[in-house]
Amino acid sequence: MAALHSFIPQPPSNALPRLWTFHGGIHVPDEKSLSNAQAIEPAPLPARLVIPLQQHIGAPARVLVQVGDRVLKGQMIAEPSGFISAPVHASSSGRIIAIEPHPIPHPSGLSALCAVIETDGEDVWAELPPPLTDYPQRYPHDIRERIRWAGVVGMGGASFPTSVKLDPGADRPIHTLIINGVECEPYITCDDRLMRERAGHILAGVRIMHHLLGVERVLIGIEDNKPEAIARMRLALAETDLHACTQVVPIPTLYPSGGEKQLIRILTGREVPSGGLPAQLGIVCQNIGTAAAVADAVLEGRPLISRIVTVTGRAIAAPRNLEVRIGTPVSELIAHCGGYLEPPHKLICGGPMMGFALTHLETPITKPTNCVLALTEAESPDPGPALACIRCGRCAEVCPAKLLPQQLYWHARAKDLDRVQDYNLFDCIECGCCAQVCPSHIPLVQYYRYAKTEVWAREQEKRKSEQARARHAARQARLERQEQEKQARLRKQKEAVKSPQ
Amino acid sequence: MIVGEITKSGPFTHGTNTVQRTMFTVLLALLPATFFDLYLFGWPAIFLFGVTIGSCVLAEALMLALAGRPLAKTLSDGSAILTGWLLAMTLPPWAPWWTGALGAVFAIPLAKHAFGGLGQNLFNPAMVARVALLVSFPVVMTAWIEPHPLFSANAPSFAAALDITFGNGLPDGVTAATALGYVKTELSRGIPVFQSLSEYGRNTDLSYTPDLMDLAAGYKSGSLGETSALLILLGGLFLIRRRIITWHIPATMLGTLFLLGTLFNLLDPARFAPGYVHILSGAAVLGAFFIATDYVTSPVSLKGQVIFGFGVGCLTWVIRTFAGYPEGVAFAVLLMNSLTPIIDQYTRPRLFGRTRKGEPLPLKGD
Repeated sequence: MAALHSFIPQPPSNALPRLWTFHGGIHVPDEKSLSNAQAIEPAPLPARLVIPLQQHIGAPARVLVQVGDRVLKGQMIAEPSGFISAPVHASSSGRIIAIEPHPIPHPSGLSALCAVIETDGEDVWAELPPPLTDYPQRYPHDIRERIRWAGVVGMGGASFPTSVKLDPGADRPIHTLIINGVECEPYITCDDRLMRERAGHILAGVRIMHHLLGVERVLIGIEDNKPEAIARMRLALAETDLHACTQVVPIPTLYPSGGEKQLIRILTGREVPSGGLPAQLGIVCQNIGTAAAVADAVLEGRPLISRIVTVTGRAIAAPRNLEVRIGTPVSELIAHCGGYLEPPHKLICGGPMMGFALTHLETPITKPTNCVLALTEAESPDPGPALACIRCGRCAEVCPAKLLPQQLYWHARAKDLDRVQDYNLFDCIECGCCAQVCPSHIPLVQYYRYAKTEVWAREQEKRKSEQARARHAARQARLERQEQEKQARLRKQKEAVKSPQ
Repeated sequence: MIVGEITKSGPFTHGTNTVQRTMFTVLLALLPATFFDLYLFGWPAIFLFGVTIGSCVLAEALMLALAGRPLAKTLSDGSAILTGWLLAMTLPPWAPWWTGALGAVFAIPLAKHAFGGLGQNLFNPAMVARVALLVSFPVVMTAWIEPHPLFSANAPSFAAALDITFGNGLPDGVTAATALGYVKTELSRGIPVFQSLSEYGRNTDLSYTPDLMDLAAGYKSGSLGETSALLILLGGLFLIRRRIITWHIPATMLGTLFLLGTLFNLLDPARFAPGYVHILSGAAVLGAFFIATDYVTSPVSLKGQVIFGFGVGCLTWVIRTFAGYPEGVAFAVLLMNSLTPIIDQYTRPRLFGRTRKGEPLPLKGD
C-alpha cells in the first residue's frame, strides 16, 4: 500500500494557486536592465525641500506650521482633515521659508500648496512615537491609528490612505490579502530593488497587515521577469511564521498585470465589479512599498518621509535607484545621477505607459512618485500627426477592460458625452495599451481623458443648475408663503374691524 | 482637433505597427498570385493592372488635395494602391483601359471619400467599383478569356496587347466562360451540372477537365484574382501568420460556402455544383482572405466577424445558385458591409467586471 501510495503524485502542501488570464494586454520591451542592477542608495539632502500638502486621495491635510517655524525631521507639518485623509511630515530638519503654490507631479501640470523647507543639514529627528513591536497584543484600532499618523498611502501610484484600506469594516470580512510586486511598467525597478534588498522588512509589513485584516491567505504577485526578487522574497518568507498562509506567486510578464483589478483576476480568477472595490470580494490589495512603509510606521515609529525612486532612461548618465526624501526636486536627482548624456526628448514622471510629462524641473518627489524617466529621441520618437482610424481593431484586442477603444474614440472626438458613457468610458483604466498598438498613432488615452473631464464638468454644471433650481423653488415658496401670511393678516385685521366686540 | 499637438500623457512608447506597414503587408501577400496571373494573361492584363492602380492613386491624390489634407503623408499609407490592386484583380484581364479608370472613379471619390475618406466608408471601395462596372457594362465585364501565358505561342504581341487594352478591344475567338458561368448557362439550357462541369474543359478548348487540382492551381479563365486559389490562399495564410487578419472571416465564409455547396450537391447533383467547385472557382478565396476581411467594412469583434463570414458565405452561395449572375462574392460582401454597423452594435464584448447586459457584476449573496 505504501508503495502504491508513492506512485500517486501528491500536490505539494503549498501548491501555487492556479493562474488566470485577463483580456488583452501587451508585451513591451521592459528596459529594466538599465537600472535593476543598481542597489538602492540614499539621495543627497537637498538645500530646499518642497513638500506638497496633499499627496493622497481624499480630504486635503490642514497645515500645522507657519512660515519661519523650525521643523524637525519626521515632524507632522499637516494633519488629516477627515477620515479619508493623510498627514504630511517634514522629511528633514530646517526652517519653513514659504507655504505657497508650487508645481507638483500631476498630469495637469498645475500648482498646489506646498511647504518649502530650507534644510539645516543636521537632519535631526523629531521625537518619534515608540515602536509597536508587540502589535499582536494591541487593539487593531491603535495599529491603524499609527499607520494613519505615519501618513502611509498606497505607494503604487493610487496614493489612497492605507489605514482606511486596512479597515474594511466588520460587515465585510476580508479573506485574501494580495501584495502587488508586479511592477509591470517598463523601466521602473524600485519595487524590484526593494524586494531584493529589504524582503524581510516588506514581509514584516505584510505580517502587520495580515494581522489587521485577519485574512486566511496572502498572495504576493511578482512578474517572472524579476527572478532575483522572487527568490529573495521566498527565502525571507521561509524565515517567518507567515509561510503557512503566504505564497510568492510568479506571474507571466504582461502589461498591465500590475493593475489592481488585473492582478486580482490573475491570482484569484475573480473580477472586481465595475465601479466596485476589491473589498466587496473579500480581497485587499497593497503594494510592496506600502508594506515596507507600514513596517516603518509600526515597528520603528517612523512616518513616511522617503521612498525609493528609479531615475532612469537613456538620457540619464548613470541610472540609479535612490532612497529619496519626499519633497526633493527632480533636478537634484538628475544631477545626482550624473546629469544628462544628451538633452532628454521627454522627461516623464512615472513609467512610459502611464506616466506624464514633467513640465518643471523643480517638481518635487511625492509619496506615489516611483520613477523619473528621461527618454532620448531614439527611445521615444514622436509618432507624428495621427492618421485616420482604419478600424483594424487592435485596440480592442489589447484592452484589459474589454472596452471598444475605437468607438470610444469616435464618440469622444465627436464630443458625444452620452455615447462615451454608453460605451463605459469610466471603466477605462488609462493603461495606454490601445494607443501603444494603434497603427494610426492616434493619442487615444488623451481623447479619453478629455472626454472624462468633459463629463465631470458637465455633471458639475448639472449639479450647480439643480442647486440653483432648488434655491429658486425655495425662494418662490418662501415668497408665496409670506404673501399668504400677509393676506391672512390683512383678512384678520379686516374681520377685527368689521366685528367690534 | 481638441487634443494638443504634443503628447502630454502616456504612452510615451509606441509599437512598430503602422497603417503603411499593414497595407504593404497585404500587398506583399497578393504578390505571388498577382505575378502568376499577370504571367497567365500577358501584356493586356499588365496594362490594365497599371492603369487601374495608377487611376486609383491619382483619384486619391485629387481627393486629398481637394480636402486639403497632407498629400505625401496620407498617400503613402498605401490604401489607394491596395484598392486599385484589388479592383484590378476582379476585372476581366483583357478589359479595355477605361474600365480600370472608371472603376477608380467609383472606388475612390464615390465609395471612399464621399463617406469621409480612409476608415469612414461603409462599403468596400473595390467591390463598389466592380459591381458598378458589372451592372453598367455587363458585356465588357463578363468577357473572360482563356489563359494566354506570356512568351507562349498564343500570347498577343506587345503591339497587339496595346490594341486590346487601349484600342479596338478583344480580338475574335478568345473569350471563354468561367467555370461558374459555363455551368450556369448550361443549366439554363437544361444540361445538368455534373455533365456541364465535365464538359467545361473541352468546350473551352482547354485540354483539361476541371478537376480539383486544376481549379486550385488556376490555369483557367477568369479575372486575375479568380484564377489561382492556391496562391491566394498562400497569401491569406501569410496575412493570418503576420496577424494582419484573423482566421474568423475566411474560415466561416469558405466553410459556409463549402457546406452549403456540398449539402445541396448531395441532394441534387444535377442542379447544384459541388462545394469544392464553389470554393475553388470564382473569387471565393480572394474574397474570403482579402476583401471580406477589409478592416474598415467588416465587424470589429471576433464574434461579429464569424457572423459576417457566415453571411458572406451564405449570400455568395445563394446568389451564385439562384440569381442571374454566375458570381456573387462582390454582391455578398457589399450586402454584409451594410450590416456591419448593426453587427458591431449587437456583438459588443462583455466588459471586465460587468455582466453581458453591461451591469456591474453582482456579488455573491447580494
